[in-house]
Amino acid sequence: MAAAIKIDNLSKHFMGLKAIDGLSVTFPCGVATGLIGPNGSGKTTLMNVLTGLLIPDSGSIEIDGHNPRHKIMPTELRALKIARTFQDGRLIEQLSVEDNLLLTVAESDPWKSFFDFKRSKKVGKVLKTVHLTAQRHKLAGSLSYGQRKLLEIGRTLMQDADIYFFDEPFTGLFPEVVEQVLTVLQDLKAKGKTLVVIEHNMGLIERLCDYTIVLNHGQLLAQGVPAKVLKNDQVQEAYLGI
Amino acid sequence: MEYLLNLGIIFCIYSILALSLNMVVGMSGLLSLAQAAFYGIGAYATALCMTGLGLDFFSTILIGMVINAVIAYMVGKILSRFKGDYYAIVSAGLSIIVFSVLLNWKSLTNGPLGVFGIDKPSVGGFSFSSNASFFLLCLVFVAMVYVIYYAIDKSAFSRCLKAIREDEELAGSFGYSTKRFKSIIFVLSAMLSGVAGALFATYIAFIDPSTFQLKEGIFLFTIIIVGGLSSAWGSVVGAVILISLPEALRFLGLPYETAAQLQQMIYGAMLVLMMVLRPQGLFGKYRM
Ligand SMILES: Nc1ncnc2c1ncn2[C@@H]1O[C@H](COP(=O)(O)OP(=O)(O)OP(=O)(O)O)[C@@H](O)[C@H]1O
Ligand SMILES: [Mg+2]
Repeated sequence: MAAAIKIDNLSKHFMGLKAIDGLSVTFPCGVATGLIGPNGSGKTTLMNVLTGLLIPDSGSIEIDGHNPRHKIMPTELRALKIARTFQDGRLIEQLSVEDNLLLTVAESDPWKSFFDFKRSKKVGKVLKTVHLTAQRHKLAGSLSYGQRKLLEIGRTLMQDADIYFFDEPFTGLFPEVVEQVLTVLQDLKAKGKTLVVIEHNMGLIERLCDYTIVLNHGQLLAQGVPAKVLKNDQVQEAYLGI
Repeated sequence: MEYLLNLGIIFCIYSILALSLNMVVGMSGLLSLAQAAFYGIGAYATALCMTGLGLDFFSTILIGMVINAVIAYMVGKILSRFKGDYYAIVSAGLSIIVFSVLLNWKSLTNGPLGVFGIDKPSVGGFSFSSNASFFLLCLVFVAMVYVIYYAIDKSAFSRCLKAIREDEELAGSFGYSTKRFKSIIFVLSAMLSGVAGALFATYIAFIDPSTFQLKEGIFLFTIIIVGGLSSAWGSVVGAVILISLPEALRFLGLPYETAAQLQQMIYGAMLVLMMVLRPQGLFGKYRM
């Protein structure tokens, strides 16, 4: 299977704390991969490195068969067709829901952006998909917790990316909203996109993902088909401490 | 009537300043206290080029804008290393530096004595020497700046600035080179403030450095806080309110000393009340 992302011997330390410790893994192309591991095992840190928010200390990253590189620049994400959500929810609170979506696709050259007054048709479609049509003109800051999570997912849909990172997209949602989000992610998968999903709920991982990578202390603990990996003794131990 | 026209002209000049400052503070979240410096440079460019070189008013506006653009570009590079409170402090420092230069570079600026005998603008034999014609000229400039603000506000450029003011890293991750956006708006704002300076110089016919001190920058800040951050209309309303206040106090017939003190106290109280009760200002669309 072709690799969407291949990382080799990647490390990221925070003042002596090895958040990612010599990690080498491959995220297969066109597959939903569950990225799991106990709290503090480095999942979000890995996602931050792969989306240019953090610069790794060492190692290399290969995206979609491009030349291996040391780091990703945030400004490259559009070109690399990478989109993501954030565990803590990052929206532009004082912009409308619509503007939060448009922000991800509007003209990025400052001079040209003066003359970009476009209101993309896609906004309506995406809002419908994430059930936020009625909130279109509200400020993002006025949304409920669940709506914020949905808007973050909508934002990734706007971008028409190839690789999608979701950092705990289901956490804290009502069961029916969990199902809505699951449908959206399954649709992306059906379109052949590459998904990387951080999630603590193993039931959801089994329903969505075809592959699982388990981290512990910034290192690879196990990988493989979810059903098998979740039965792995080491994984059980890392999670439950037994 | 002449009194009202005079007031109208001052409204216009401060509306231009407030609109241009609001692009930086409201739209972009950059707490700049340096606006009086660009106002001063614009005024001096017009004053010196008209009296010294005999240039026509409208070309001196362009000269002032170009000088401001160059200085703002360089200053913006320094300021881009700072955020929030530090940005405010460093920009205040720059305002003080420009004031000192205007005061002490005597061979160029005539120092504390100022520049005299600045003519009224004229085109093709028509001179804007009456208050009525000058007011109309000012209105045209306010309208132009207002339209520029409005157009930017509706564009993707301002959407990106508004994203930057809340979460620059996030904006960067959507492919925007955020530094360039901040630099461009800072330069544009400085250029437009220069226009206000040019109008002021030719209207008053005499300028000295004392007008362009840090406290003027703070006054402009107060205008947009009261009128409304990130709002074109709020900028104009704020200017009208804060300029009218001392005029209203004059009608109370208080002794000059008392009125001046009272005015400062009212400005201060307005700033505090606004921050507590309505941090986005009267018509504002942004809370710091
Ligand atoms: N910016 C940072 N500065 C210092 N330490 C950090 C930083 N970010 C993460 N860490 C530390 O790195 C380790 C890995 O954190 P990370 O957020 O990647 O874990 P995680 O697997 O996402 O955990 P969770 O499931 O709780 O979200 C933790 O010990 C965390 O405290
Ligand atoms: Mg995490």
